[in-house]
Amino acid sequence: MAESGAARNIIEVRGLKTQFGEFVVQENLDLDVREGEILGVVGGSGAGKSVLLRAIIGLKRPSAGSIRIFGENFYELSKKEQREIEQRWGVLFQGGALFSSLTVAQNVMAPIREHLHLPDGLARDIAALKISMSGLPPEAGAKYPSELSGGMSKRAGLARALALDPELLFLDEPTAGLDPIGAAKFDDLIVNLKKFLGLTVFMVTHDLDTLHTACDRVAVLAEKRVIACGTIAEVRRSGHPWIEDYFGGPRGRAALQSRGVGGRAGAQGEAF
Amino acid sequence: MQTAAAAGFEIGLEGGFLKLTARGDWRARFLGPIDEALRDFEDDSTGRDIIIDMKDVEKLDTAGAMVLQRVLRSCPERSSERSRIVGASQAHSELLRQVEGHLAPCSVTPLHPNAVLMILDRLGQGAVDAYFASLQILSFVGLTLSTAGRVLAQPRRLRLTSIFAHMEEAGLNAVPIVGLMSFLIGAVVAFMGAKILRLFNADIFVVELVALSVLREFGVLLAAILIAGRSGSAFTAQIGSMKIREEIDALRVLGLDPIEVLVLPRVIALILMMPVLAFLGALLGLFGGILVAWSAMDISPALFLGRMQETIVMSNFWVGLIKAPFFAFAIGIVGCFQGMEVGGSAESVGQRTTLSVVQSLFLVIVIDAFFAMFFLEIDF
Repeated sequence: MAESGAARNIIEVRGLKTQFGEFVVQENLDLDVREGEILGVVGGSGAGKSVLLRAIIGLKRPSAGSIRIFGENFYELSKKEQREIEQRWGVLFQGGALFSSLTVAQNVMAPIREHLHLPDGLARDIAALKISMSGLPPEAGAKYPSELSGGMSKRAGLARALALDPELLFLDEPTAGLDPIGAAKFDDLIVNLKKFLGLTVFMVTHDLDTLHTACDRVAVLAEKRVIACGTIAEVRRSGHPWIEDYFGGPRGRAALQSRGVGGRAGAQGEAF
Repeated sequence: MQTAAAAGFEIGLEGGFLKLTARGDWRARFLGPIDEALRDFEDDSTGRDIIIDMKDVEKLDTAGAMVLQRVLRSCPERSSERSRIVGASQAHSELLRQVEGHLAPCSVTPLHPNAVLMILDRLGQGAVDAYFASLQILSFVGLTLSTAGRVLAQPRRLRLTSIFAHMEEAGLNAVPIVGLMSFLIGAVVAFMGAKILRLFNADIFVVELVALSVLREFGVLLAAILIAGRSGSAFTAQIGSMKIREEIDALRVLGLDPIEVLVLPRVIALILMMPVLAFLGALLGLFGGILVAWSAMDISPALFLGRMQETIVMSNFWVGLIKAPFFAFAIGIVGCFQGMEVGGSAESVGQRTTLSVVQSLFLVIVIDAFFAMFFLEIDF
């Protein structure tokens, strides 16, 4: 793993094929995620965004192709090596997926207890830190998931995903179901975390504002593969009709105008 | 992957400051062994200013940064400006700055008062809960009955498809298990009787023993117990998960009455099927008894049935059967009521399902006891 820093690919998907029975979701899908970037994955409903995410994090075995993550082929590793890789990433599921029998703080402490074997006091301090960093007030720690609003569940899910200081963060529609203010705060939070913790982020999203503010690059999923990947400007240049509809539609234009072309995405994006 | 030395630190004195020299890999996984020593240091450092030297720290994550900030803050207020961290690299100081605003502790579990108070609290809460739960279930019974009255006045609103579906699921599909259990219980009763009656040379009384117990009690009771475990719990889980996914609310806004759509068909289906199952249970219980009497005691089936006709009056059969619809009503109502009470989390579905089975079994036995006293009084 001695590639030069900037160009290192954290995730390399090659020729991926996933299917449910006879139904093929993806075929010949290639995708790279580079170290230190926020990659947004977009696509229509049913284009297989979440399936791609599940294939990468080891929940849906592909029927063909390879997925290399941190340079290793996850599905070919032993159970023990898989556990080690899993500790290097954090996943935020769509609905938060908090364990409903545990409080928020216990949820965040769960991976710490399980993997790091730290004394209780230290684990509690770390959990408090992550909860606070995710933008939750300290009293949220003692709440049960059923007592949280949608936005708070997402933040708590993020706190748990960050519990082990992962190098790689997977987010499945992080801003879906949040009000615009909450969504904007969440975008800022992700960008900040990436900047200060050096995270690499793989984000499935529908949110055009998130794409513009947070994502360095965008991968467009359609026709069972990645039809375009790059900064928003580059992706739009490909001229694919779906991409035109997506970014050129009324919502796409509105998001573009409110940010100014390029915006923050341009400032942080690297040359392609 | 190059390996850094695990986290460590040394303590020294430097110009009136306590100096903590940190070194190695200060990531969360390596902090476990030094945490206690660090906390001791924090406790002992009272009144003195602290300098943390970080130039030998090779790796740092948010947990490590948090711990260092915690140590730094352990010094008293007045000297906090003079305590500082030195020698941190650019990236490390950024991390330290990031965690700085997030050091407030947070509670892990809801606050609990002391144990005695908690027990008293639970006791009181339990009594109040039980009171309101019985009020609620009574009002649910009333609601269901009034809805039933309304629907039966306009029989077109009766949901026949749904009723038949539940009759199949809760009734027909339960036939094998109810039959097998009743058969076994009938056989067991006969075996027990055989052993004791033989002592008195009163073998033939096994007929009364088996027929009375199976017809009056075991047939219907077993059916009720199995249905409570099998269908009452299913009702709770079905309605409960519908509640969680807001399907019940959706029904209401669409102008459909959940009691009419969900509860009534289930309760009616149970009331219709329970007597059938009880009858079947009684039949197979007798069959089990007859088989044992024949094989273990040489009482032929013809003799058994002949004596049964002579000594057991028909009312015994009706006593068993009359109870069936009451049991069915209790089980159906409790199952649906608990389903409607589900709220919030998936865990609540589990809790309510357990409660549903416990309560319906409790009610079945209580109702059975009342019937026993009642029939005793009227000499039936």
